[in-house]
Amino acid sequence: MWNWFHKLASPPHFYRIASAFEPWLLWLAIACMLTGAYGGLVLAPADHVQGDGFRIIYVHVPAAFLSMFSYALMAVASGIGLIWRMKLAFSVAAATAPVGAAFTFLALVTGAIWGQPMWGSYWEWDPRLTSELILLFLFLGYIFLRQALAETRQADRASGILALVGVVNLPIIHYSVEWWNSIHQGPSLIKLEAPSITTDMLWPLLAMIIGYQLLFLAILMTSVRTQVLQREQNARWITEQLGTENIHG
Amino acid sequence: MRPRQQRMLAVTAVVVGIAIAATLVLRALDENMMYFFGPAEIAEGLAPQGEPFRLGGLVVEGSVQREPGSLEAIFDVTDNVATVTVSYTGVFPDLFKEGKGVIANGKLRDDGIFVAHEVLAKHDENYMSPEVAKMLEEKGHPAGVTTVIED
Repeated sequence: MWNWFHKLASPPHFYRIASAFEPWLLWLAIACMLTGAYGGLVLAPADHVQGDGFRIIYVHVPAAFLSMFSYALMAVASGIGLIWRMKLAFSVAAATAPVGAAFTFLALVTGAIWGQPMWGSYWEWDPRLTSELILLFLFLGYIFLRQALAETRQADRASGILALVGVVNLPIIHYSVEWWNSIHQGPSLIKLEAPSITTDMLWPLLAMIIGYQLLFLAILMTSVRTQVLQREQNARWITEQLGTENIHG
Repeated sequence: MRPRQQRMLAVTAVVVGIAIAATLVLRALDENMMYFFGPAEIAEGLAPQGEPFRLGGLVVEGSVQREPGSLEAIFDVTDNVATVTVSYTGVFPDLFKEGKGVIANGKLRDDGIFVAHEVLAKHDENYMSPEVAKMLEEKGHPAGVTTVIED
């Protein structure tokens, strides 16, 4: 077990595994998302209050879920990198940030598009909306901080600490609708009680969340590989594995 | 202590420290972070006096009165403890309904009437088809009437 883990942490080994898994993840993601889209947009009934307008849930909720999941992954990877000085962990954290920022942006935009017809407003300075906006700023801050520091080791450590500091925002986002008054409704899915969404509307949502998750992993594989190549550009295994012509032109 | 354990301790200290700091700040800001105030909180005098704020609650069944020939309307908002009358001139969002959640942005007048310049609808987290909603209503468990305001 530990042996397997240590092997995975070695960049050349991870590079090979990531290359092998990526197409599978991508095709599975596309299959899940097509199933979810067909289920959500065609098979699921209209909502009793919001009519067909509720169907944006199939884009909004998975995006919001992934925005928080990617931040959690980025923070855990940064923590592992800081404690065990593992370069691959920092590569994962750095590769996650732009993907997570994109999902956060998508969650905010689809939320605004949903808010206008249902609530009557694109944007409200409400605790849920504001804390999700702060999540976007945390991702952007992480990306800019890395770019500002030329030396990789320094960038890894500084951005890693920023990622850890921002973790406190995750429970705030999730519980904002319970701790404070909010225009945003409570969670329908991620809570201890049974979901407050009927099965015919629920399964396409779960298919979409799984599809987004797989898509995230597929993008992450490419993105981590790019990070590894940049960091190890002078390493011998790269020339052995890929041939010199691929690296320096 | 080995360097790795030291680093582990430092990482834990950062996360725990920030969590404690955030909790303290949020607790200190509690009242100032209210996105809206319920009628009971207004009755207790917690809402800002003479300044605009948001009022949230449920629209009382049968309370919506529209002035014929104009966009003026009056309705009551309740949290099942206290009730505030709201006056609003303008277009309501589609989901504005008696018995459902509402958020009104405006000012409390001296006579206790809340004059709103903006009215938003707040829906709940229950999703179901109209058929299921009708079935629940016939059984006497209408969907999501009490879930909008819980505290």
